[in-house]
Amino acid sequence: MFKLLATIQKDIRVLLRDKVGIALMFVMPIILVIVVTSIQNSTFELVSKNKLPILIYNQDTGKSSLQMIKAIGNIGMFKVSQTSKGETNIVDAMHHSDAMLGIVIPANFSAKVEAKSKSVSDKAMASFGLGDSTKKAAVGDVDPLILYYNPVLQESLRLSVKGALQSSLQMVESRETLRTLYFSINEKELPEKLENDMLNNRTPISEVPVSKDGTKSTPNSTQHNVPAWTIFAMFFVIMSLGGSVVKEKVSGSYIRLKTLPTSYHVALISKQVVFLGVTLLQAAVIFSMGIWLFPYIGLPALNPPTDVLALVITTLICGWCAVSYAICVGVYADTQEQSNGFGAVSIVILACVGGLMVPSFAMQGAFKTAADISPMHWCLEAYYTLFLEGGKLKDILDNLVPLFVITLVIQFVTYLGLKRKNLI
Amino acid sequence: MDDFAVNITDMGFRYPDNDVVSFSKLNLKIAKGERFGLFGPNGAGKTTLMNLMTGVLQVDEGKITLFGNDIGHQKNEVNKLFGFVPQDFSFYQELSPVENLEFFGAWSGLNSYEIRHRSNELLQILGLDDVRDKQVKKFSGGMKRRVNLAIGVIHKPAVLFLDEPTVGVDVQTRHAIIEYLRVLNDNGTTLIYTSHQLNEAQGLCEQVAMIDDGKIIAQGNIDNLLAEHKQKSLEALFINLTGKELRD
Repeated sequence: MFKLLATIQKDIRVLLRDKVGIALMFVMPIILVIVVTSIQNSTFELVSKNKLPILIYNQDTGKSSLQMIKAIGNIGMFKVSQTSKGETNIVDAMHHSDAMLGIVIPANFSAKVEAKSKSVSDKAMASFGLGDSTKKAAVGDVDPLILYYNPVLQESLRLSVKGALQSSLQMVESRETLRTLYFSINEKELPEKLENDMLNNRTPISEVPVSKDGTKSTPNSTQHNVPAWTIFAMFFVIMSLGGSVVKEKVSGSYIRLKTLPTSYHVALISKQVVFLGVTLLQAAVIFSMGIWLFPYIGLPALNPPTDVLALVITTLICGWCAVSYAICVGVYADTQEQSNGFGAVSIVILACVGGLMVPSFAMQGAFKTAADISPMHWCLEAYYTLFLEGGKLKDILDNLVPLFVITLVIQFVTYLGLKRKNLI
Repeated sequence: MDDFAVNITDMGFRYPDNDVVSFSKLNLKIAKGERFGLFGPNGAGKTTLMNLMTGVLQVDEGKITLFGNDIGHQKNEVNKLFGFVPQDFSFYQELSPVENLEFFGAWSGLNSYEIRHRSNELLQILGLDDVRDKQVKKFSGGMKRRVNLAIGVIHKPAVLFLDEPTVGVDVQTRHAIIEYLRVLNDNGTTLIYTSHQLNEAQGLCEQVAMIDDGKIIAQGNIDNLLAEHKQKSLEALFINLTGKELRD
């Protein structure tokens, strides 16, 4: 025990004097968490609060296009402005006004919508037995609206915009059809109150987040990002620990350790204890930031899970896995450059396939399998169950068991490497 | 216990992935309390032999015993008996001399009292007391050599292996190290030493072995060898036995 304590003391001293390593393990992940959460939060606010700038060039002079513009404004997700510079100039206009979207309404839009409504109305009247069934108006399709978009818009957001515009268009066409039909039957204008009752009386949709504990708090960017990037931070210990293992191995100190009456396992246990402490500290710092600091910098606060024991156990196993992986890379690498280079790239890959960057439920085929062998995936699933679904320890056992097994496999691979390289 | 500090019997060794045999049927006996020098040109196998005697490398054939203990099978017992001062600086440069001694002392099997006592003693003897709490990475080469030596002897080993302990140091440091090695030997520690500083070695060693190409080409008391080969110095004897051809 005395040897282990002396080794832990040595490792802590070496760690505390590695200022760059400490910066990499604490400062970089903290910056990463704040930046990613802020960006995702501002993207969320862009849609929900700030509104997406949209520029409209209206070539039509009829009332349907005006209704269309009003309907777009009523959606609530756009900040509408109009230009008269012409279709060819709309791209420049978008650049100058920082608009992400541009719409060109064709010149005969109102006339075509009216003609289409008249045609539908005539068909309806004929089917009611009130009109001439042989009368067929020659109606062409309404010329398409042209939607220009900035390529930086993510596809999911662009599809949402397209759906919203389609809904507005439908509203304009329905209104016109209803008016025409009413006029055909009653030979007078549709009363405005009735029109509003008929068109605006939509059934509302209530959104309810599904949770394990029955709570209904709405997830936010902090709740998604802080657990995810905490995992990434824990795996970032590879930058210090992997290099430290290689350094000890290639420097003379390992030769001397091998000639002393103490097993090298003591050194490995010490490194695991010290760096497991580092990963727990990283998680504590980042979670604390999310809870107490984020509200002061305009970000949503992190709501910690109710089952704190489950959170501690998940963090412990994830930290142990991160430390085991770092030691494994350090054992197999021949130089610090190899360890740092491979370590950095490999944890980014593990994060990608583990669902930190793209949700793993959206992955298919080989990527789905890759996600299953990424320890970050299982840890993320456990964290999400705790942070987003209000889960308890029993709810995350299915995630913790694979994470634990992966950690044991990494330990075994490390042991094989140590044996093969005659290090133990 | 054996009468020999080190007894190598029919030892064979080759590096993995290397067809060239480093040692074959090598025999060497080093008596207790001797100051034994191991010399040879670059690539002759001195460091490899040192690593085999300290258990850093494993023999393929034959056996090596330290005071009768087989280093291949009684590693824990054997490792308590010897100290090793490798050619490279084998310690943590981020730590101070005291911190290095605390750590390596614990790994050498000492308790905290013994570590504190020996650390104070060694830092005094080797002139490191004034810098005991400073990080070693800021030290000169000579100071680092002394730290390297202090760590190797903290547990008062019965036999001390030294692989070029004075390489790259000034005259004063070399003198201090050699003097301390004599003191250790006077107190019963067997010294097994390699160096390219043959004048220094001639002053320190009683018995020598010259190795070349993995074989012992001469062994015995220095005075007897000089007389036998009609040479006046160890350096002249070395050239006489190993030739003037440059080695890699």
